[in-house]
Amino acid sequence: MITSAELQELLTSIRNNYGYDFTEYAEASAARRVQHYMRTNRVNSIQELSKSLLTDENAFAQFVLEFTVNVTEMFRDPTFYKSLRENVLKHLATYPVIKIWIAGCSTGEEVYSTAILLKEEGLLDRSVIYATDINQRALQTAKDGIYRMDLMKAYTSNYQKAGGKNSFSDYYTAKYDSAMVDKSLKQNVVFSIHNLAVDSSFNEFQLILCRNVLIYFNQKLQNRVINLFYDSLSPFGFLALGSKESLLFSDKQKEFTDIDKREKIYRKKIKPATKT
Amino acid sequence: MKYEAVVIGTSAGGLYVLTAILEALPATFPLPIIIVQHRSKDERTLLEEVLSQKCKIHIKQVDEKEIIKGGTVYFAPPDYHLLIEQDRTFSLSCDERVNYSRPSIDVLFETAAYTYKDKLLAIILTGANQDGANGIRTIRKMHGTTIAQDPANALYPAMPKAAIATGCVQNILSLEHIKNFVLGLYTV
Ligand SMILES: C[S@@+](CC[C@H](N)C(=O)[O-])C[C@H]1O[C@@H](n2cnc3c(N)ncnc32)[C@H](O)[C@@H]1O
Repeated sequence: MITSAELQELLTSIRNNYGYDFTEYAEASAARRVQHYMRTNRVNSIQELSKSLLTDENAFAQFVLEFTVNVTEMFRDPTFYKSLRENVLKHLATYPVIKIWIAGCSTGEEVYSTAILLKEEGLLDRSVIYATDINQRALQTAKDGIYRMDLMKAYTSNYQKAGGKNSFSDYYTAKYDSAMVDKSLKQNVVFSIHNLAVDSSFNEFQLILCRNVLIYFNQKLQNRVINLFYDSLSPFGFLALGSKESLLFSDKQKEFTDIDKREKIYRKKIKPATKT
Repeated sequence: MKYEAVVIGTSAGGLYVLTAILEALPATFPLPIIIVQHRSKDERTLLEEVLSQKCKIHIKQVDEKEIIKGGTVYFAPPDYHLLIEQDRTFSLSCDERVNYSRPSIDVLFETAAYTYKDKLLAIILTGANQDGANGIRTIRKMHGTTIAQDPANALYPAMPKAAIATGCVQNILSLEHIKNFVLGLYTV
């Protein structure tokens, strides 16, 4: 196990070299990810690791891919999607153009799940989904929209529990071991790299989804990111977090109302504060 | 006080043994008790609800970044690994499964070992797999105290057996003795 001091030293030198800032990540899981990388790439010591990452850009690119946790699924937490459909989409329907930001979208399953909801509520045509992540490889998978066929059974069950209106197989084409997401779901999605730890706001949205990303950050970074979301939401815009995440530690907590406490869906109370 | 925290890992058959141990504890038990019980992700907070009705000590599912306090029993949420930070707070991760499990006992035990070192008491109870064995090894390396339920009277002996096989379990005890051991911490 690497010590907290060794971890911070490594992450600080990465930040100074590459501008990727992992220094405000929750330490215990960051340490586990570093060790995971060392094990799979046969790096024997933290000194060796630091030397390799700081001198070899390819090694660093690989490190970024392996450091982040990309585990995701379609309609993960079906009750969340059910609530999103019932409590949020009807409000979004009042906008001529609906702008949605899915931050930390990983390999895209969450993006297509959201697109399916929008489609079934007749809103997809006037929606634009901005799907972002720091992991280049995950984003590429998201763009391709090709998933393992053997997962579709579980996803079908999630979809049904989420109150899906059609047959889930309408949304993909099976080809050998792969399921290709239907083109119609991709049309209004823009995928791009965005780093929540350092990048700023890039648009104004009616809905922001950021699920199972904040758990990897310490309180300070969580707070920064919630502020970023606050500044990026339109008045009365919605914010959806992961089922174990909350606004508890955010100084913006009072600026949101609860839409669904259990599913962690919040709504911004007032107009955007002028940035200082 | 010799210990700062108690960690417990269990899988199949866990509810019965956990009930027996936790029911016996007073609300003022001084230490935090942090538990990974393998569980289905559809169940949400059922386990905590069932135990809360039977126990005097406060029982809850962990909230992310929560500060760890004595007199509380914390359960890892379904489908997340539970980790302990150096500053005595919890963090969660939906990292890959470990030993086919999420939450995994190894993940909790290993991070607890590095935070509490020799002030940690770890207990492995009934279960039908090997999760927790690596964690027990790490806890001993960091000079924590280790207990396994006696496989001879565990409903599912595989898990305590795997832990014992590491050679790092110091006490092999019956459920009754484990209960008394934990209760004994109250008066120390
Ligand atoms: C566990 S996945 C969550 C995927 C999906 N949102 C869900 O809930 O299923 C976490 C994602 O956050 C991304 N991530 C981690 N740090 C990030 C950062 N600083 N900025 C943007 N994305 C980040 C990771 O690359 C990963 O894809």
